[in-house]
Amino acid sequence: MKFYFMHLMPYADLDLSYDEKHNSAWVTLPNTYYDPKKGHQLYNRYLDELEYADQLGFDGICVNEHHSNAYGLMPIPGVMAGALARRTKNVKIAILGRALPLLNNPLTVAEEFAMVDNITGGRLIAGMVRGIGAEYHSWGVNPAFSHERFQEAHDLILQAWTQPGPSVFEGKHYNFEYVNVWPRVYQDNPHPPIWIPSQGSSETIEWAAHPDRKYTYLQTFASVSTVARYMKMYKDVAAGYGYEAAEDQLGWSLPLYVAETDEIARREAKDHIEAFLQKFLRMPMEMLLPPGYTSVKSMVGAMSAKAGHSMKQTIDSVIEEGKFICGSPATVREKLEEYQAQIGFGHLLTLLQFGTLPAELTRKNMEIYSKEVMPYLRNVTARRVA
Amino acid sequence: MSFTESFETVTGTKIRLMRKGTGSPLLFLHGASGASRWLPFMEKLSETHEVIVPEHPGFGASDSPEWLDNISDLAFFYLDVLDHLGLEKVNLVGTSIGGWLAAEIAIRNATKLGSLTVVAPAGIRVKGVRKGDVFMWNPEETARNLFHDQAFAEAMLAAPPPSKEGMEILLRNKLTTAKLAWEPRFLNPDLHKWLHRVSVPTLIVWGDNDKAMPVGYAPAWRDLIPNSRLEIIENCGHLPQIEKADRFVELVNGFIGEVTR
Repeated sequence: MKFYFMHLMPYADLDLSYDEKHNSAWVTLPNTYYDPKKGHQLYNRYLDELEYADQLGFDGICVNEHHSNAYGLMPIPGVMAGALARRTKNVKIAILGRALPLLNNPLTVAEEFAMVDNITGGRLIAGMVRGIGAEYHSWGVNPAFSHERFQEAHDLILQAWTQPGPSVFEGKHYNFEYVNVWPRVYQDNPHPPIWIPSQGSSETIEWAAHPDRKYTYLQTFASVSTVARYMKMYKDVAAGYGYEAAEDQLGWSLPLYVAETDEIARREAKDHIEAFLQKFLRMPMEMLLPPGYTSVKSMVGAMSAKAGHSMKQTIDSVIEEGKFICGSPATVREKLEEYQAQIGFGHLLTLLQFGTLPAELTRKNMEIYSKEVMPYLRNVTARRVA
Repeated sequence: MSFTESFETVTGTKIRLMRKGTGSPLLFLHGASGASRWLPFMEKLSETHEVIVPEHPGFGASDSPEWLDNISDLAFFYLDVLDHLGLEKVNLVGTSIGGWLAAEIAIRNATKLGSLTVVAPAGIRVKGVRKGDVFMWNPEETARNLFHDQAFAEAMLAAPPPSKEGMEILLRNKLTTAKLAWEPRFLNPDLHKWLHRVSVPTLIVWGDNDKAMPVGYAPAWRDLIPNSRLEIIENCGHLPQIEKADRFVELVNGFIGEVTR
């Protein structure tokens, strides 16, 4: 199993009482809530944390893409990846973005990824996503064409990376007479690894698991039972195609907090994970699921589910569901070992800073995790494979 | 006698139609919320007209065809519908997106049309007059913003939640609305250039308290369509045909009677 340090770079200085006046930290929260002086400090702190992960022996670091919100300050994740490319030496750099349908010219991603891949000598992991619903409001992109544009942008980028240029691309949404990206990707056999982060979708899994692709499916922030269900689905789809899915094709991304004891961990994490859940993630259904973002069938399901329970998420509810792992090193080791054995994921992306979690606790979390959790799990999973 | 319901397959696409009445034909083009039900204003119009109410492709019980990408596709499809139904001198009446669609049909080919009525149509831009963001409104905001008289909103909100099937139709209608109107928002940037081609007499109807498509758009439509007249209905929101059904029917009947005499 491989270990990644994932960052969202939230605007941790957000005035958390914003929700007395605004219904979301996305799309319409006035950017006057953002103070560039504080932002300057945060960006540099967060980059330091990502660089520290390289020194602590993580296999990779992950940056993220979201637009017009306080939840994550990386609208253009390539800027972060570029900064990290030179300051890190060993880690893979996963850009988890990019939200392809938002782009009028997806070749910008082919170029940006290729540049990072060249600078790092092949340490890039190329994420491809559709973005979340709110982004279709912020960017004025039609969600009804989200799936079509994703497919087409993906095909275009793959063509740019794998076919000698110049070549012609004839699509519905994108058309090019000269696809001829300079630089070519460094990992050119056949192209950099592609990861597909998703909140869970059978269509996405069918597509990612196809033998032509075998892309790594990354389940983001979901309960353990959901993670298990979708990863089983991936394996089943792969089996249906006549091959066995490797652990390398499955990843899980979740927030995690480890401290000296269960009690300390819960006490230190509580306010910060609840700020993440209740303040930074806050958005109405109309933002989260614009028309066409998911199929009508999934929407009916989501709306019925919502009518059933609109429970507020707390530290206890997310620990209970296994959406958040929190506790002493022994507790965290035990849970991860059990989940890994049961679900069989090969990549574990931990969000060790979340919400308002301050610098010192983030570093402590990273240190304990990398010293007391990672090596143990490396050994256990390596032994199992052997 | 009640209305009749039927399905017609027009150039490979199946659409649902409701019809009733005799007299000069009146083709009603619905807005974003579709036309699943036969409404009181349709009944009243059917006393003097042959009222035909299709559900657009992508809405209600009609097909969602692969070819449907934009308002232009829909306008050309309706030219096929007019041919298919063999209609002549049709009085085209459209509300909101349906009004936009009616105008798009009329600029392409008005030879089968007798008159045009557009009610709070989408489709053009008046800089600085912001349309309501219907895609961001929750169900309660939608109900409240659609009507001037909040009693209509209360009634809408008090209705029992839709069945699973009803919810699917709501979502499909919203999806097609997004397809047509998300970006640029309820706008064909080229439409205003060609509205001078509307060669039939045109009635423009608007509620004075329209939060979806503000009444500030009304004078622009009147100025862009040559032989047009504007009627603003007081104390009325985005759906005059529902909120002020009697006044709406009176205006439409009066206008059609006058111009097709």
